[in-house]
Amino acid sequence: MWSFFHKLGSPPWLYAISGSILRWLLPATLLALAVGLAWGLLFTGPEARQGNSYRIIYIHVPAAVVALAGYYVMAIAGAVNLIWKMKMADVAMKSAAPIGAALTFIALVTGAIWGKPTWGTWWVWDARITSMLILLFLYLGVLALYEAFDNKAAAGKACAVLSLVGMVNIPIIYKSVDWWYSLHQPASIKFIGQSTIDSSMLHPLLLMIAAFYALFTCCLLLNMRAELLQREARTNWVKKLAVAADSRG
Amino acid sequence: MHPVRKQRLYLVLFVVLFSSAAVGLVTYALRGNINLFFPPVDVAAGKAPSGQSIRVGGMVVEGSVQRSDSSLDVHFELTDYEASVPVVYSGILPDLFGEGQGAVASGVLDASGVLQATEVLAKHDENYMPPEVADALENSGYDHKGNAK
Repeated sequence: MWSFFHKLGSPPWLYAISGSILRWLLPATLLALAVGLAWGLLFTGPEARQGNSYRIIYIHVPAAVVALAGYYVMAIAGAVNLIWKMKMADVAMKSAAPIGAALTFIALVTGAIWGKPTWGTWWVWDARITSMLILLFLYLGVLALYEAFDNKAAAGKACAVLSLVGMVNIPIIYKSVDWWYSLHQPASIKFIGQSTIDSSMLHPLLLMIAAFYALFTCCLLLNMRAELLQREARTNWVKKLAVAADSRG
Repeated sequence: MHPVRKQRLYLVLFVVLFSSAAVGLVTYALRGNINLFFPPVDVAAGKAPSGQSIRVGGMVVEGSVQRSDSSLDVHFELTDYEASVPVVYSGILPDLFGEGQGAVASGVLDASGVLQATEVLAKHDENYMPPEVADALENSGYDHKGNAK
């Protein structure tokens, strides 16, 4: 187990293994997204009260779920960097931030678009929506803080601490609809007991959530590879890669 | 584990635990303000301030919606099954507003305890079902949880 952990710290090994993972994960992700979207948008009936507008759930819920999970990825990578001084963890943390920010933004925008015809308003300052907006600011804060330092090691440390402090927001977002009176409804997908969404709608939704997890992984690996090449631009393994690519092209 | 790393691990855990505790205490102290609306039972108990804008949320009482023939005025009652608050509103209601459904009204409580609403929002619940399932439930006389209506 520890040898695997040590291998993770090696940039050329990480670059090679992520390349071979992406070769099958990327097409699988695109296929899952296409099937999930077609299933949800075309082959599932409308909802009893919302009609067709409920279909935004196939983007909104997966984006929101993975935005929360992505924050844990970022914060835990930051913690690993703080404790073990592992540079690859720093690369992972920095690479996760823009993806998480994009997903949070998508969740907020799709929520607003759904809110107008359903609730009658684009935006309301309830606990769920406000805490989700704070999540967007946390992601953007990590991105901005990283750029504010010239020294990468110092930037990594500061961002890791910010991510760890912001981690408390994740259970607040998740439980906000149960703890306080909010306009946003509680979760329809239940881990314990019967989900309150019909199975004909639940199955494409679960596929879309899985597809968004895979999409996050793909984007994270692609971002990390780009960051690795940039950081290691002067090393031999990158030079070899560049020469090999040059002779191929 | 190397003692230096162990120390840093404890530091990380300390940061997470204490920042969580701090935020937890703040949100606990402000819990009343984080709620988007007052339930009717709080309004009935006089916990909601009158004379300033508040939000009241609950279910629209079946049979309580009275629309004016000549204007957009509408009168309905919001309940949490313990107390109910009458609401007066003039304007267009959201499509999903309906009897037996959730709604949040914002406005000012007048002296007689009627909420003079300036905005009414529909609240959708967590139940998503196809129309045919909704019709079947309607006909069976049971709600989605299997409770008799």
